Amino acid sequence: MMFKKLTTAAIVTLGLATGATAKEVGPIENIDFSFDGPFGTYDQLQLQRGLQVYTEVCSACHGLKYVPLRTLGDTGGPQLPEDQVRAYAKRFDIVDPETGDTRPGKPTDKFPASALAGAPDLSLMAKARAGFSGPMGLGINQFLKGIGGAEHIVAILDSYTGKEKTEYGATLYENTAFPGGWIAMAPPLAGEDVTFADGAPNDLKSESKDVAAFLMWTAEPKLSNRKEVGLLGIGFLGLLSVLLYLVNKRIWAPAKRKAKQAAK
Amino acid sequence: MAGIPHDHYEPKSNAEKWLHSRLPIVGLLYDTLMIPTPKNLNWMWIWGIVLTFALVLQIATGVVLAMHYTPDVSLAFASVEGIMRDVNGGYMLRYVHMNGASLFFVAVYLHIFRGLYYGSYKAPREVTWIIGMLIYLLMMATAFMGYVLPWGQMSFWGATVITGLFGAIPLVGEPIQTWLLGGPAVGNPTLNRFFSLHYLLPFVIAGLVAVHIWAFHTTGNNNPTGVEVRRGSKAEAEKDTLPFWPYFVIKDLFALGVILTIFFAVVGFMPNYLGDPVNYVEANPLSTPAHIVPEWYFLPFYAILRAFTADVWAVQLTSFVTFGIVDAKLFGVLAMFGAILVLALVPWLDTSSVRSGRYRPMFKWWFALLCLDFVVLTWAGSQGPEGLVPAISLIASTYWFVHFLVILPLLGVIEKPTEPPATIEDDFNAHYGSSQSKSAE
Repeated sequence: MMFKKLTTAAIVTLGLATGATAKEVGPIENIDFSFDGPFGTYDQLQLQRGLQVYTEVCSACHGLKYVPLRTLGDTGGPQLPEDQVRAYAKRFDIVDPETGDTRPGKPTDKFPASALAGAPDLSLMAKARAGFSGPMGLGINQFLKGIGGAEHIVAILDSYTGKEKTEYGATLYENTAFPGGWIAMAPPLAGEDVTFADGAPNDLKSESKDVAAFLMWTAEPKLSNRKEVGLLGIGFLGLLSVLLYLVNKRIWAPAKRKAKQAAK
Repeated sequence: MAGIPHDHYEPKSNAEKWLHSRLPIVGLLYDTLMIPTPKNLNWMWIWGIVLTFALVLQIATGVVLAMHYTPDVSLAFASVEGIMRDVNGGYMLRYVHMNGASLFFVAVYLHIFRGLYYGSYKAPREVTWIIGMLIYLLMMATAFMGYVLPWGQMSFWGATVITGLFGAIPLVGEPIQTWLLGGPAVGNPTLNRFFSLHYLLPFVIAGLVAVHIWAFHTTGNNNPTGVEVRRGSKAEAEKDTLPFWPYFVIKDLFALGVILTIFFAVVGFMPNYLGDPVNYVEANPLSTPAHIVPEWYFLPFYAILRAFTADVWAVQLTSFVTFGIVDAKLFGVLAMFGAILVLALVPWLDTSSVRSGRYRPMFKWWFALLCLDFVVLTWAGSQGPEGLVPAISLIASTYWFVHFLVILPLLGVIEKPTEPPATIEDDFNAHYGSSQSKSAE
């Protein structure tokens, strides 16, 4: 019943939902994620919790079709041990692209695509939405707080007002963080939807943050490598610039000395 | 060739003589590197090296990216994700290439405005200027087509809007648009030809860059005073100049090092800051994004395109006079291309006898206003057409044309310039002789 309702709702609003992304919504709260800032990296345990929320809740409708399952074991990510990655992959029934047969998933496969036609793929969702903008289109907020994709996801998950309405036979749910105010997705999390093995809090806000962090990782799995390369590049080029500055100063010194004497 | 007199390459060993009499390539490289360069060049003369580096960087990263990219509408987006996730160092290649375009345009705008302030376009450097403008046009075409390749939402809708501009041309517009797209709408043929051209055009740019350098090596560099190097004898020329190597190579490399440090900070810590998040959603012809906005470097001209709406009297008058052939849409397109055309024609629009803006007291202020105008247009292009934005866009767009078509020709007549120094040597000595003015202009 619920599933059928969701399907209809999602299909009807597919155009609306994907089209209205750039529209401004109410202020979105900035969250201190572990991956913020030039030195920030992912919190491995948080990603594992987020993976659990994704698996037990989100994956009922949404997919992660660009994310290879093997990357769950990569350093800088959830970093599951090899046997757990293999066990996790087996949960999914994958249609083998070569034989056409359905078989249990392997780490070399990717996460399945969305199960529900209208549910957008979440692989890149955290980079495809901006939580912050402006002021006045000047980009200062994005510079200070980041683009805010993860914050946008948290805001969507905990901004349901509880109101519903039916339009063209589809149920829409009021959500103050969603452009237009009405979203086709039924409230996916209510708090205490999953139980974390590490005993971390599982209220609505914590679950939302964990899954948003996980989706930031699926969107940008090479974040920590990238920041390392950035630091290395800055260090190397900075040092090179200092050396070139000194060389430049020395090369030009005689010409400038001559100019000084000539001017006297 | 009426170049600046200087030492030329003399082959010494027998091997050198053997090669030189068959192919004087060492001589060409020597003369290019040892070219006498005005010694008073300031820090605004570094952008040429930055631009050359950016071109090489874009070609180098682009060639490797092309090895992993698939130009097919059903595979392009996924192949870019493959580069980001599975190709060794692919995420860096792509982020460097993506932000490399921004580096390229930052440098080209500063380079162009440097030329505008110091009158680098004036005789005898008009050809250098025109070739520069051709390079700039090709850069815009290349960047635009490159942005379509990841096949995100903004790729698709940007391509739809920009190619739609050609549809505004009367009679032949729609056939031209169809011919450009390879079909009635942006689709697989469009993606394939854009990929092909995006790979080709940078090499055309590289060729034009060689001609650009050839041209200004023939006339000699301009400099902050706009005073020409003395060419009576080698001894005289050497008082005004220093060889490009090592003086300016090292100076430019130092500047390049600083700029690349900043560039790496952007790539490493905020690679998506300058991009539009919507482009991480795969292209969907059935769903139009709420705002279709080009990348930042096109915004000034995008603002001019949108500024002349049907309620502007000049547009209505034009439409009336041309019996409706030039409607608001075509007017906007003409204005956008015209905005670049007036820039290209500036050697003939500027009537002043003095080259450098440093000695033009009135021009200085109008130039500052033009820079501000450019920033305002960039901002206006990023905003939706609500509130004060249309009015601001219209005023700023109008100023762009008034500056080039009215103010520049008039200033040459009414302005009384101050006296430039007699020689470059005097300027250089005065600059380094006085203890208080240590910093560059």
